[in-house]
Amino acid sequence: MSSAALTKDEMAARVARDIPYGAYVNLGIGQPTLVADHLDADAGVVLHTENGMLNMGRAAVGDEVDPDLTNAGKQPVTELPGSSYFDSAESFAMMRGGHLDVCVLGAFQVSAGGDIANWHTGAPDAIPAVGGAMDLAIGAKQVFVMMTLFAKDGSPKLVPSCTYPLTGVGCVARVYTEVAVFDLTPDGVVVLDTFGTTYDELAERLDVPLTQG
Amino acid sequence: MRICESAAEAVEGIEDGSTVLIGGFGMAGMPVELIDALIEQGATDLTVVSNNAGNGDTGLAALLAKGRVRKMVCSFPRQHDSWVFDGLYREGRIELELVPQGNLGERMRAAGAGIGAFFSPTGVGTPLAEGKETREIDGRTYVLELPIKGDVALVGAHRADRMGNVVYRKTARNFGPVMATAATTTIVQVREVVEIGDLDPEQVVTPSIYVDRVVAV
Repeated sequence: MSSAALTKDEMAARVARDIPYGAYVNLGIGQPTLVADHLDADAGVVLHTENGMLNMGRAAVGDEVDPDLTNAGKQPVTELPGSSYFDSAESFAMMRGGHLDVCVLGAFQVSAGGDIANWHTGAPDAIPAVGGAMDLAIGAKQVFVMMTLFAKDGSPKLVPSCTYPLTGVGCVARVYTEVAVFDLTPDGVVVLDTFGTTYDELAERLDVPLTQG
Repeated sequence: MRICESAAEAVEGIEDGSTVLIGGFGMAGMPVELIDALIEQGATDLTVVSNNAGNGDTGLAALLAKGRVRKMVCSFPRQHDSWVFDGLYREGRIELELVPQGNLGERMRAAGAGIGAFFSPTGVGTPLAEGKETREIDGRTYVLELPIKGDVALVGAHRADRMGNVVYRKTARNFGPVMATAATTTIVQVREVVEIGDLDPEQVVTPSIYVDRVVAV
């Protein structure tokens, strides 16, 4: 337990700490991308980007920028020694085939049973876009979600059952938030860590049964 | 296989109502010159299959802006610079079939490989699987996905030889190889056409059998 809620960077560092040595990892667009900054070079982690590359390097700057070399967010990136390129069908075969160890996704909502909603608010004027989220959610061996625990209106995003359209069913293993880390197990939601809050306070504010880890 | 002198020659004969597979992930691998030529050529009422629905005002976005596309089949239309598609969609002037990116690629792979359909775990239990046949295999639920076959594929690549063997560069490869297999007529734009024998056969990504027309731009 720590005394203050985590910043986005501290959340990213907390996720990075749980990624096993040598893992093949896909980081989703947005906040999960920050996790890359907290992976030590000697952790042996290989980053996968769904547009067709393994062992992706950091963001490209200056002369390194190459329009033929981008990440899933279409930002210019670099390659590391030992990288490889492949087409989109193969890239997604790596996910569905269970070859990817971890993916880290953002989410609008996660249910206690591990369902994730992260692609569409369902609002009538919203333009739906799913990208690779559904393939990642069901494909990676372990799906980590990184999100704030409460929406802007204060409502919890860890819920008994998702109200937004689903991305994947029963696939999330762990949820990292600014105030707590949750393990989603077949026996229920386990609070692993709290930051600037207490187990009792979380139990009060969330509508899902919790167990103290 | 024909080496074309111009992008205009390369897109000759594309008919109204065609399904056109267009490579690229954002602008990486986007065959911009072929799309510009297609705009000039004038084919309309098209169904376009591409990962995104255009960026900025060039390439696929320009084709959409001309009102030539009846339906988009893609995984990720909404981007910070997809204002052309966004406008058409909100005005109800374009149809959208949203497909998870892996299913999009695999459906074209199936078309190119002669597979009649396949069961995918992606999308099960989500709105994108609604109305589709599902089956439980070894305790896991899968959804039936059908092939996507193109009349034409427009692919942006790096180099081709005069037989039509093609190599790509870095992440600009993306959907190119799978689209090249999935269309009746595959048209590839490259930065350079080299002589037969100048590409290392071990490095060829799209073998010539899939390629119908090549143009250097």
